[in-house]
Amino acid sequence: MIAPTTQSSKHDTDTQFRHVTLPSGLRVVADIDTRGYSAAMGYFVRAGARDETDPESGLSHFLEHMMFKGTERRSAADVNRELDELGGQSNAFTSEEQTVYYASVIPKYQDRLVDLLSDMMSPSLRDEDFETERQVILEEIAKYEDQPPFGAFERSVEVYFGPRGLGRRVLGTVESIEAMTADAMRAYFHRRYRPENIVLAASGNVDFDALVRQVTSATQHWEERPVAAALPPDPSSLPVGISQDVRLSAPDASQAYRVTIQPGLNMNQADRFAMRLLCSVVGDDGGSRLFWDLIDTGRAEVATLWSQEFTDTGGLFTYLVCGPDDLKSNQKLMNDVFRRVVDSGIEEKELEQAINKTVAGCIMQSERPSGRLFAMGSRWLFCNDRLSTDDLLAAYRSVTVDDVQRVARKYLCAEAMEVIASADAN
Amino acid sequence: MSVSVDASIQSITLSNGLTVLCQPMPWLRTASYTMWLPGGIAAEIPSGGACSAEQYDAEADPLAGLASLTCEMVQRGAGPYSSRDLVAAEDNLGIDASGSAATTQAVFSAAMPAESIADSLRLLAEIVRRPHLPQSQFDDAKMMLHQERMASLDEPTQRLMKQLRMTQYGNPIGRSGLASIASLESLTMDDVRSFYDNQYHAGGSFIAIAGNIDVSVIIEEVDSLFGDWKSGPSMPQQTPMPTDGNHHLTLESSQTHIGFAFDAIPYGHDDYFTMRSGIGILSDGMSSRLFDRVREQRGLCYSVWASTHSLPGFGSVFGYAGTTPPRAQETLDVTLHEIRHLGEGLSTDELDRWKTRIQSSLIMEQESAGSRAGSLASDQFQLGRVMTTDELERVIESITIDQVRDYWQTNAPDQFRIVTLGPEPLSTPPHQAPTHPLTQTP
Repeated sequence: MIAPTTQSSKHDTDTQFRHVTLPSGLRVVADIDTRGYSAAMGYFVRAGARDETDPESGLSHFLEHMMFKGTERRSAADVNRELDELGGQSNAFTSEEQTVYYASVIPKYQDRLVDLLSDMMSPSLRDEDFETERQVILEEIAKYEDQPPFGAFERSVEVYFGPRGLGRRVLGTVESIEAMTADAMRAYFHRRYRPENIVLAASGNVDFDALVRQVTSATQHWEERPVAAALPPDPSSLPVGISQDVRLSAPDASQAYRVTIQPGLNMNQADRFAMRLLCSVVGDDGGSRLFWDLIDTGRAEVATLWSQEFTDTGGLFTYLVCGPDDLKSNQKLMNDVFRRVVDSGIEEKELEQAINKTVAGCIMQSERPSGRLFAMGSRWLFCNDRLSTDDLLAAYRSVTVDDVQRVARKYLCAEAMEVIASADAN
Repeated sequence: MSVSVDASIQSITLSNGLTVLCQPMPWLRTASYTMWLPGGIAAEIPSGGACSAEQYDAEADPLAGLASLTCEMVQRGAGPYSSRDLVAAEDNLGIDASGSAATTQAVFSAAMPAESIADSLRLLAEIVRRPHLPQSQFDDAKMMLHQERMASLDEPTQRLMKQLRMTQYGNPIGRSGLASIASLESLTMDDVRSFYDNQYHAGGSFIAIAGNIDVSVIIEEVDSLFGDWKSGPSMPQQTPMPTDGNHHLTLESSQTHIGFAFDAIPYGHDDYFTMRSGIGILSDGMSSRLFDRVREQRGLCYSVWASTHSLPGFGSVFGYAGTTPPRAQETLDVTLHEIRHLGEGLSTDELDRWKTRIQSSLIMEQESAGSRAGSLASDQFQLGRVMTTDELERVIESITIDQVRDYWQTNAPDQFRIVTLGPEPLSTPPHQAPTHPLTQTP
């Protein structure tokens, strides 16, 4: 085993950052604070919608559900029961680039949690469970169909990034889920759930040495997972069940929902902190320029701007919700706000306010182990590095008004792709 | 000023009626407050105006949304601050603040780095005591209410639960905070001023503060900021006016959304935690009966849950399931079957899992100043005192499976109030066994 690396925080001997790569390739990383009341842990897997082919559309998320359905040592009921017996909060989520399984427990349950989560990562994927869970996934899709904003977001990334890669629907389509087979799921599992694609992250009151010992032995056999054959590449035609129409009809919708996407920054670009602060000044849901012009005046229900960073690219998103008749005038107001920022920049005191707000948010977010887990786990999974809370605060504090204006000039008025969902979309 | 000290929690009632609750959590970097004032939604209508859901026409209600509108208006400038100054001051101090109208109180809460707590209380005092209530911003604030109303129409679950609360409690307890078509026309600035004058005062109000705070300094600060605030009556206690039976809202939606409610006992009742543990066995966690038997074993839905709701003097259980129309009847039948038969087949394991869950959450609550502040205020409101974490742990630990069984066999629910939203209504034959018999959990 490679010797674990340790790095103590400059300010505090109770906190430590440690990481190790096991011989299998599995990485273990921990942000330890022995004063904490809880320990948060999660497996971060590089398996998301962008890793799927057309017949696999929705498979990462479907698989996430199936991971709770039992292993060689445990039935589905055992998994659910044991997670509840550990008393903490546990769950999982799937995004475009990763799937995460996590739980927060009191420190005395660390061993049991590691045993359970690690075992869950070798699922049985039984046929009958697959059939039952297919129904749950179809219900989940139906649930979101009743929410017009969800449809607008799904369509917007589908159009902007194209129907594959980052634009692929995380839930899949009704057609892809209905056609999915358990064999395809097993093959996908073997392709993506390989130790080198996985990080086990822990934060809070964690015994790191015990964690590494236990996980080394519990995951040894992961190296022996068979290598699945590569799938044929997708055709260039539109996948079944996908439309690229930028107008979505939502016959019962009272409001109109408008999403735009334009180019943004990825998770490694240095300007991303200036970009986030630009978004805060311009488009936060409270106290921003869009807020005062559109929300405080009651012209719109939502008018926001934010930056979404992926591993190799990024998007600058805007979201507007208002009455269908006010859509045009509000669009103009939003564009006026952007234009003014590009032309004249932002004021020093606006930036200072955004920095103060953002920094306080980081401090509050980092207080609970579960609040630190996700940023750390994802960052280690994708970039193999770490930004401590102090690093993050320093990065925000060093942003200048000039940085923000430079970023605004480059990105804020770029041509945007627009999707609108409303009752009278057509 | 009367003082009681319970472990590290301090509770003080000022002479004007404002109760101050403080809990130091010196291991945190943050602090949080929550203030509850008697400006809740139920105070919108005059006494004597109560009625059941059958007699209530939500869209014709001329006062709907008044509590929310007042809450919005008080935040539009106060004391020396304009609306923008207030937001800038909060942002610069790192204060994440919010205000909203709940059923029985207006709630103002905030979380922040601990060093900002005194400043944040000063800002709060300006907002609730010296708001400008600017006429010039009244139309804008009303437009915000209009936006919220429109948004809620696009949220099937919100529409469903709004109707279910009215069915279970009637007017005023079941009122929502949303404006109506009528009130967006009729509400005036005078309505807001009068609601503010009558409902925003120290009488029957609470402020709970938790986190890395120096309790004596904070209590002095609160006393100097609020000690000379006017007093007034607490919110009068209301009585629910339920409407039995089923109610259907037609919508061509992908799912049929099912909401149900039944009467239960409130927080503070001797049997409350026995009842609550049963609902935990029913719905808390992935091994709970509803999750396991409705979702995991049958794949009938993605979301299914039940939870308790309490106000002084009465309580209820509310629940939800969402499923596609062809499977909606079976989902409803299986869900109600589980509730009716909750007292059967209970195992110590089920109870122990729930106990561990609560104990863990009590421990983890020590990591959140906001959660603690909320619990302090809620205890004070519902019980008239604060339960310490130790006391709560003892009560939870003492519950036996026999007590849970006795309670749920004696009080097996059979009167459900059901609201559905979807293409077709459903039926609820009383006490009928589900068409698809349950398999036993292995």
